[in-house]
Amino acid sequence: MAPSPPAKGDQSQAPAGAAVAVRNLRVNYGAREILHGINFEVPAGETLVIMGGSGSGKSTLLRTLVGLEKPSGGEIWMRGKNFAAMSEEDRDELRKKMGMSFQGGALFGSMTVGENVALPLQEHTKLDESTIEIMIRLKLDQVGLSGFENYMPAQLSGGMKKRAAIARALSMDPEILFFDEPSAGLDPIIAAGIDDLILKLKKAFRITIVVVTHELASAFLIADRMILLDKGVIVANGTTKELQESTQPRVRQFLDRIPEPELTGEIDYLQMLTGDIPPIRQ
Amino acid sequence: MALTETIGSATINGLAYIGGLARLAGGSVRTIFIEPIRGKKFHLSRAVHQAMAVGVEALPIVSLISFFIGTILALNAAYELRKFGALQVVASAVAISVTRELGPLMTAVVVIGRSGSAFAAEIGTMKVNEEIDALETMALEPVDFLVAPKFLAMLLMVPCLTTWADFMGVLGGGVFGVSAAGFTWGSYIRATLDALQSRDIVTGLIKAAMFGLVITAVGCQEGFSTGLGSEQVGRSTTSAVVKSIFMVVVVDLIFTAIFYLTAPR
Repeated sequence: MAPSPPAKGDQSQAPAGAAVAVRNLRVNYGAREILHGINFEVPAGETLVIMGGSGSGKSTLLRTLVGLEKPSGGEIWMRGKNFAAMSEEDRDELRKKMGMSFQGGALFGSMTVGENVALPLQEHTKLDESTIEIMIRLKLDQVGLSGFENYMPAQLSGGMKKRAAIARALSMDPEILFFDEPSAGLDPIIAAGIDDLILKLKKAFRITIVVVTHELASAFLIADRMILLDKGVIVANGTTKELQESTQPRVRQFLDRIPEPELTGEIDYLQMLTGDIPPIRQ
Repeated sequence: MALTETIGSATINGLAYIGGLARLAGGSVRTIFIEPIRGKKFHLSRAVHQAMAVGVEALPIVSLISFFIGTILALNAAYELRKFGALQVVASAVAISVTRELGPLMTAVVVIGRSGSAFAAEIGTMKVNEEIDALETMALEPVDFLVAPKFLAMLLMVPCLTTWADFMGVLGGGVFGVSAAGFTWGSYIRATLDALQSRDIVTGLIKAAMFGLVITAVGCQEGFSTGLGSEQVGRSTTSAVVKSIFMVVVVDLIFTAIFYLTAPR
């Protein structure tokens, strides 16, 4: 689809070649600003991994990208349109081309796995039931869950729930896939299986993938590009190689898993209590 | 905080809450009646599924409670009436109290306990598990998907349940009338029909429909306002029950006043 010209008065242009482009994105929770002017691009067909510690704003960034949080400023360009400034109808149209896999799976507990995968198809397409049934089998097969369509989500293990959630995210043949902590809470073998699946999907469908994670091993395995977020700003943005070779202290601290220095001085401690500097992260 | 400030913020919060309820109801009306005209399908099967849970499965408990309420009413009425030798008035006392007030009210209380709380728990759990977010990212409006079928089911089923509760209440009164007040079943039913006007039943059913709407709106609103963590689901459920009972009584008062003021003299 050709990118539509920007609306009148809109100074910005849709960036060419990028599946997702974020410009000066700001997000507030009430009076508190969580993201302070984020800029990055994801070239079509590539995988971007957003990393960061707890409270760095990475989940907020992901939620804003899929439209669950409203930005207080900036632009999010997807498929040549500014997602942040479009009407609810246009946003829904764009969402049909996006898939999102939530941390806990977020499968509908009252429906079977098959019904979960079928739901977007039933709601957004005019496909007949038999075609949808074939599609369900196909999607479940793609994530390695053949034969599980009649299981309830509660009967699945953690890794299977993630796979089922990925199958649901794939049901509308998305152009962009978003993952929230795909390997969190899984044992290393199952987590490696999910990483493999993400790589397989990328190779098979050339989907643009955006992953939020803090699992370093998994991040370096699946990423083409990486972003390191810290306190709502991007401290590093580059290819996996560039990040690995970075000498920037914050990047090194994160990648080498070095804890925050203890606050020893009385002034430091006082400042922490008064909120002038943030407390040590656990 | 100054008294005026407290009153002001409480008023604003109260109005915002009612605004939230109206938004849910308005969104559901759009989904059920307006969107299908524009070609967007409404899944009737979801409303039917809800109607089964809200209405059909509530029949045994509604029957039992309204039967007993009918008997209790007859006993209480007879306690006073027998002093005046007017036991024959028991039938009309029961009939009017049940159809105008206690049938709709007791049905609403049962529906709040069974369904209002269940709505809050269902939506609250979905909120905690990110299922509501999942719906939004799939371009599915949570109100269309979750709330509208509940509104339609409640709008139809609460009046139906109330009609049945009215019948069971009269039957409960009849048991006392026939066994202890000298009625035969034939004379009790005749006395009931003589006492009742269609206005009594219709006003009761209008109230029932309004109760259905209020219970759905409050239950769903409480579910959507569930915070993070599963213990919040319990809080939402409790809050849905308490607020629903309060709102039902307020709506009852308003409609009873309207019916009183518009009644022919």
